Order: sequence, then C-alpha cells, then structure tokens
Amino acid sequence: MKKIGILGMQGAIEEHREKLRKLAGIEPVIVKTKEKIAEVDGLILPGGESTAMGRLLNYFNLTEPLKQSIEAGLPVWGTCAGMILLAKNIEDQDERYLSTMDITVKRNAYGSQLDSFSCEKEIPEISKDPLPLVFIRAPYITELGQKAQAVATVDGNIVCAKQDNMLVSSFHPELTDDAGFHEYFAEKFV
Amino acid sequence: MSDRYTLNKNLAQMLKGGVIMDVTNVEQAKIAEDAGAVAVMALERVPADIRKEGGVARMSDPKMIREIKEAVSIPVMAKARIGHFVEAQILQAIGIDYIDESEVLTPADYENHIDKSSFDIPFVCGARNLGEALRRIGEGASMIRTKGEAGTGDVSQAVRHMRTMQQDIRRVQAASQPELMHLAKEYAAPFDLIQYVHDNGKLPVVNFAAGGVATPADAALMLQLGSDGVFVGSGIFKSGDPKKRAKAIVEAATFYDDPEKLAVISEDLGEAMVGINCDALPEEEHLDKRGW
Repeated sequence: MKKIGILGMQGAIEEHREKLRKLAGIEPVIVKTKEKIAEVDGLILPGGESTAMGRLLNYFNLTEPLKQSIEAGLPVWGTCAGMILLAKNIEDQDERYLSTMDITVKRNAYGSQLDSFSCEKEIPEISKDPLPLVFIRAPYITELGQKAQAVATVDGNIVCAKQDNMLVSSFHPELTDDAGFHEYFAEKFV
Repeated sequence: MSDRYTLNKNLAQMLKGGVIMDVTNVEQAKIAEDAGAVAVMALERVPADIRKEGGVARMSDPKMIREIKEAVSIPVMAKARIGHFVEAQILQAIGIDYIDESEVLTPADYENHIDKSSFDIPFVCGARNLGEALRRIGEGASMIRTKGEAGTGDVSQAVRHMRTMQQDIRRVQAASQPELMHLAKEYAAPFDLIQYVHDNGKLPVVNFAAGGVATPADAALMLQLGSDGVFVGSGIFKSGDPKKRAKAIVEAATFYDDPEKLAVISEDLGEAMVGINCDALPEEEHLDKRGW
C-alpha cells in the first residue's frame, strides 16, 4: 500500500482524495504538518489559490521542510495553483514559493473566470484515450528550463510538464470523471 | 447542463477551505490578498456601515471595482441587488470573477431574483434553508452561502441557517422516492434538485458560511458545521488590527478541527468588531428576510 498525500492548506482537496480512493493499492492522506510530509510516498499540491496556499505554508513553517523533501526526491504533482507553487519563475511577480522546478509560469494566463474553459486532448504519455482537460483561471508555462520537459500543449501553450520527481498540470483532472492522470502519477512517479 | 455552468461551479471548488473578505479600496484588497484570502468582495461600504448609514444600498462604482481587480491576482467578486439584472450585466462587462446577488444591498425586485442562467459569469447567492438554496441554484447560482445576519458580528444566524440546511438535507436524504415530490412542493424547490440532494446527501454546489463571522473561532465553528469556507464582511476591517485578524481567520480555516492550533491562532488579536446582538435588531432591520 502506497500513501499519496494531498496538501491540505486550501482548495480542491476532497476532489483529489475521491480520485485516489478509487485506485488500487493507494491510501490517500491529507497533509497539513511536517510529520505528515515525512509519512507519504508522494504528494499532490491541489488547485486553489496559490497566494493563499503560499501564505499558509509560511504561516505553519512548512515551506522549507516541503522544499527539502521535494529536493530529496519526494514525488510531487502540482495541479494549477500547485504548478505555481513549484515554479522557479513566475511572470510579473517577485514572490516565489517552493521554487523547485525549472519552469517559468504565467498566472491567470487566460484571463478572468469568463475565460475559463474545457477541452479534450490526446496525451499519449498519460493515456491512450483522449483526456478531458478543465482550465479554471489557469496558468501555463511560458519557458522550460534545461531539465524540464513538456508533456502536453494546448493551442501552443505548455500546460503539462515534468522534471525528475516533479509533475505539473495547468488543468484539473480531479474535476473530471477520468482517473487516467491520477493513475499515471501513482504508477510512473510514486 | 452547460459547460459554462460546470466551469463556474468548478471555480467555487477552488475556493474551498478559504476565506473571502469584504474590501472597500485597493489598500484593503492588498491586505486581504497578503493575508491569504482566496478572493475579495469589492464594495463601497461594508455591511456594518450600510446598517449604520441606512438609505438605499446599490452596486458599487465600477471604477472602484476595476481598480481592485487590477490591484490583486486573486478572484474579485462584487455585489448586485437582488433582481437587479442590469447591475449584474454591468459587473459581467467589467470582467470580474463572481457576482454576489446579495440581500446586503437593497432589493430591486421583491418577487424575482436574477435569471442567473442567462449569464456567463458565476453567481453566489444567500440562503437560509434548503428550499431557498435550491431555488437559487435552479435560477443558475453556482455557489451558495448562508445569509447569516451581515454587519452584526453575531454568528448566531449563520449557525441557524447552516444547521437548518443540514437538517433539511438529512430529511430529503432519508425520505423514500415516492415522498420526494411532496418534499419538492413543501420546500418550493425544483424536483430534479431535490432528487440530487436525495441521491447525494449534499447540495450540488459549494456552500460557504456568511453573515456575522468575526473571529477565528467563528470561522472554525462554521467549517465544523459543514461549510466549505467562509465570507468575512465587516469582521476584519472593523476590528482593531485587520492584518492580524485576517491572517488568523485564514489560518483557522485550515486548522478548523484542531483546538490546540486554534488556541494559538486566537491569541492576541486585539479588539474584535463591536457587534450587534441579532435579537436586539428590530424586525425591519433583519437583512436575512430579504430574498424569497
């Protein structure tokens, strides 16, 4: 049994837990403390508001321990806000959060809620079937560093990438009926 | 169900476990964002001042809303009067992220709420019980909040509304299939939404608490009662130390079920807003009676 944690500061925590519950051999755990970070075999940084999550990580002194765990190899998947937490560079913003992944991201890259959208896309690396992709006030990647690798693009923008033990997606597989992305993270990273 | 409506419900899911704060200018909006608010509600006067000053309360100046939108990166919400669909059209044109069709403003229509399904922009609406929540969802609201009693700093009405909603939900869930139509009639709610509540034991949208939340303990109380997050109106910027209090309420929403953490979080916050006991309000000053 592998334990996959979901960072429990704020956001779509339950939605990820529901998805993980359906996978064989996976026990989902909500992570709010340093002790819990040490217990898990992998960690999901859920969608939500990146500034709020960044603050909460600081308030509870979790930024450093989490950063160290990721640098030591803890498999991690950031969805939407989670992508921003992991990025080394954020456009039009000085503040960084975990700053472990060699990517530059643009926040609210598509605009306001009126510009949120969904689409379907084949991502051969993840699944044979087309995947439903949901973008909510989403960021995308404007630049990949040397170590980072694009996994998917939509309309020419990089919306999914990986680097060693880190995976990021602009979209929210936890909001769809498809478990393909969660299976991919559990099998290939954790 | 349209894609747009699903996306709008999805945005509310991203706000869960978070605190949405009322702000009246750019400076307050920045304080709220910096403290860790998941969204701000831009308005000219907080409910406590609307109460004090009286008169007709309307949608805020679009210029002020636009300035706040430009100053922060988190979602921006603004209030339209109940039934005032042109105020809603204007707010949609500004391109904010969420409209609150709110009883805190003076209603523009004493029979009909806004037909929210005709808009692309998402709406949150207040409710005191399951029937009211489902009527608003039936009209197209993609998020619900308790009405509570805004601008009082007295959490008792928010507690009453949340408990009533939970009791109603348990009743619908426990009912047998043949009883559902009668319940739809009794709650004056769309049948398909009663059916959803029966099958799933919850509302089909995110449900926040609002109206009277003033302390970290109030926020944690509402979350323990089953709210997905909280709105704090007058409670922050009418308190002695808004920065500290805003941070503390954000922290409390994450550790709402950990009394030891809550004890530390609640320490040394300075004065809470003075507040008004809801029982002492004359009947005509109860804002939660607005909307139907």
